Formats: sequence, C-alpha cells, structure tokens
Amino acid sequence: MESASVLQARGLVLRYPGAAKSVLSGFDLALAPGEVVTILGPSGVGKSSLLRVLGGLQAPTSGTVQMDGAPLRGVHPRVAVAFQDPSLLPWLTLEKNVAFGLDFKHQPALSRAEREARVNDAIAEVGLSHARRQHPAALSGGMAQRAALARCLARRPKVLLLDEPFGALDEVTRAEMQTLLLKVVADTGTAAVLITHDIDEALLLSDRIVLLGGAPARQIGQWTLSLPFPRDDAVEELGTLRIEILTTLRNAVRRQNSDVSHAYA
Amino acid sequence: MTHQQTTSTVAVAPAAAVVSAAGRAAVGRAFAVRLALGLGGLALVFVLWWIGTDVLAQKGSFLARFSPLTAVPALFDLLLHSDLPLHVVMSLQRIFVGLGFALLIGVPLGLAVGSFQVVEAATSPAFQFLRMISPLSWMPIAVMVFGVGDKPIYFLLTFAAVWPILLSTAAGVRALDPRWLQLSRSLAATPLETLWRVVVPGVLGHVLTGVRLAIGILWIVLVPCEMLGVSAGLGYFILDTRDRLAYSELMATVLLIGILGFALDSLARSLYRIWAPGG
Repeated sequence: MESASVLQARGLVLRYPGAAKSVLSGFDLALAPGEVVTILGPSGVGKSSLLRVLGGLQAPTSGTVQMDGAPLRGVHPRVAVAFQDPSLLPWLTLEKNVAFGLDFKHQPALSRAEREARVNDAIAEVGLSHARRQHPAALSGGMAQRAALARCLARRPKVLLLDEPFGALDEVTRAEMQTLLLKVVADTGTAAVLITHDIDEALLLSDRIVLLGGAPARQIGQWTLSLPFPRDDAVEELGTLRIEILTTLRNAVRRQNSDVSHAYA
Repeated sequence: MTHQQTTSTVAVAPAAAVVSAAGRAAVGRAFAVRLALGLGGLALVFVLWWIGTDVLAQKGSFLARFSPLTAVPALFDLLLHSDLPLHVVMSLQRIFVGLGFALLIGVPLGLAVGSFQVVEAATSPAFQFLRMISPLSWMPIAVMVFGVGDKPIYFLLTFAAVWPILLSTAAGVRALDPRWLQLSRSLAATPLETLWRVVVPGVLGHVLTGVRLAIGILWIVLVPCEMLGVSAGLGYFILDTRDRLAYSELMATVLLIGILGFALDSLARSLYRIWAPGG
C-alpha cells in the first residue's frame, strides 16, 4: 500500500514562525493513484494550510511529504493546485490563461505542438472550447472556475489539490462543477485532494473522507466510501454516514470547547 | 406552475430590452450634454479672449494686437506657409525622447521600490525631495554640464517626467493582486518569470497613468526649456515671434501649444483605454 501511493504525508507538523500554537500536529495521509480524498473540517481549522504543505507551497515544521516516493521540495510539476478564487490573469485570453506556466523553466520541457495539444485537450475537457478567446472579465463565475481547472489539467497532473474550488459558486453551478470534477477524475485518472467544509460535497465526490479537527488540527475521523458514482440516488447510505460524520465533528468541537473553558477556569 | 414561469419569462424579456435601450439612450444623452457643456466652456474662453482684446481694449492699443481675430488666421498662415510645422516636429520629438528616457529609468526603479520595502524606505524621502525641485531650476547646471543644444533639454524633460512614472509604477506593484503572485508560485515560476509574466503586465495600467501625468508635465516644462540655447522648437518660436514683433503669430503659437497639449493628453488617455488590463 505504501509504495502504491502517489502522494504521501507523514507526521506533518506546521507552526508558523512566532505563533504560539501549531496549526497542524502529526498529520498522515497516503493518497493512492486515482483516489479522491476529501479533507473535511470546520472553517479556520487549518485545511488550507495543510493543502499548501501538500502542494509544496509551504514547508512543514517537521514531517515529510513524498511524491512518487521522492521527498517533495517546493512545488512539483505534476502536482496542480486550484484555489477557491480562479485567479485568472485579466490581460490574457482564456486559452492563454490555461497555457500559463506551461513554458516556465521549472516545468517539463514541451514542444509548442505539445503545449497546444494539452491546452486544447484541457479546454475541451471542461467544455469551454467556445470561449477560448474570451478574456476573464467576460466569463461567469462557473466558467472562470472551469478555466482554472483546465489550467491545472493542462499540466497533466498526477495529483490535483483543490482548495474549496467551488466555495464561491451558486448551488446550480456548484453541482455542475462537482459533476465535472467526477468526469475529470474518471477521464484522466488523476488523484485528488479536495478541501471543503461542505459534508454533502464530500459525500458525493470522495473515495475517502478525512475529518480534520482540534487545535492544532489532526485527523479525528476517516471513512472509506465504496459507493459507485454518481451518488445522487444513494440517499439512504449517505444519510447514515452524514449523521455519523456530523456527530464526530460535534463531539470534537464540544471537547475542544471544554478544553478551552478549562484553560480559562 | 410551468405556465406561470413561461408567462413571467415572456413578460420579463421585453422589459429588460426596453430598460437596456433606455439605458443606452440615457448614456448617449449624458454624453451629448457633457460634450455640449465642454464645447460651451471652450467657446466662452474664446469669447472672453475676444472681449479682452477687441471690445475692452482700445483700438490700436498694444493689447489689441493679441486679438483672436488676427491670431486664428495667423495660425493657419503659419502652419501652411512657414517652418512652424518643423518646430512642432522638433518639440514633439523632444517630448518623446524625454518620455522614453523617463520610462527606461522610472519603470525599473518603480518596480524595485514597489517590490522591496527596504528600497522603498531608503529612497522615498530622497525621491520626494528631488521631485519637489522645479526641473527648470536645474537649467543653468544642465547647460553647464551637457553644453548648449538638445542634451540639457533631454535631461530636464527626463528629470521632470521620471517621478510620476516611478511613483505610479511603485503604486502598481503594491496594488498587485496577491492571488496572481500565489498562482505564479504554485506554477514554480522563477523570480524573472514572475516579473515578466505577472508583475509587468499587472502594473501596465498604473504605468500608463504615470505616462499620462508625465506627458502633462513634459508639455508644460518643454516650452520654457526651449527658450534657452536652442534654435528650434515651439519655445524658441515664441521668443522669435516676440523679437520680430509678430504678436499675432505669438498668440497663434500659444494657441497651437494648447491644441497640441490637449491632443497629447487625449492620446495618452486612449492608450490607457486600449492597454490597461480589463479596461
């Protein structure tokens, strides 16, 4: 199992310089190829910090992250990160935004034809071929988020790290994007770590749900889901699991609050 | 339910169309009103000029020689039958050389000032100090150092134009969206790639604002600069008309300086509209 994982985190501790408390303490994760793991937890628990560590954007205070068995030092060309904000560059067309970064020095060298092919495939995968020459100002929120996803896909990632990428979208667009993500994972075989505070999103999209809680944050629960996708009809099974997750989360919050009140007593 | 939805959609669509058409008409009306007011203001300036030189001033007096009734025909005559167009070309060339040097110096310095707090803290008082010295006060020194001719003028123009460009560029760097920088970091960009692909295009709008301010200052500084030690340009031409006692031509040149300055500012504004991101 260990050798089979694409991304592996062991004993991650993160403490920002000068901060009194750690953000993360002793977090482990082994991500299998093609697996979708959702990191679920209340707002402000440290989910985004964890994702930054997994993506090589932030070095952990201690612990290791390995990509394909090799220690991760900084950003890896085959780990793509999508943020809650699409972060499209307003002066570039959608097409150029998707291609952005492919020709950077630290990315694998590609011929112009290969780059074009990748950009075309990525744009087609998210269904935006009709809008490729538009500028971000002309795109809706959902289209912009699709474009940001295409920018990740153009790098042919082995691991996709998604930091609440649908958090700012309306319900309908959000549901469309969730469907799209399932399709992308099925089509490309990429593994994904999805950060969310939405239990339903986690239930609909994940092979595994990791619940993050406490301060400093650590794993307080884990569930493996073997239901097939799409899961729109699996209301009963998901409902039971939903209550289980909620209970775990509530208990953790209660324990933490009583810790806090002890501390101030 | 379905029926209701259909009717409401049908009812909403034409209403929206009417609103947008009315909106367009309102925008058009507002523009027409602005244009009329602007032209009216300009006309008023001309009427006041005319009253001052033709109505209030006594016939044959010194003041009457600056009348628009002689200046406007003189302007057409000068443009068609004299070497004034050459002087205009000379002046514009100096403006663009000065602006070019100011960009070459101001943009890199502005990028450095905006990017590094140490540089900002170290240079800010010095720049504020230098900026507040009128460029014209350097004129004698510039002539002594660079000799008579175009060089001291280029120096003075560059010195005048560099500040707005530098300060606008630095402000642009500080106003960069941090998410763009995070994106470039997540794509393993080198510092140089971040500079060329994110920072420079990201501050372009601010640089163009600086260019527009700089053009305004350049045009104002240019004419007095050309009054010393050169034998071409609009500033030289003004003194030349004075020495020839050609007062209608003097007024015509003043008028032309205003028109060209107005045109330069419009040019800078349209460049901003075309190139500024998202604009």
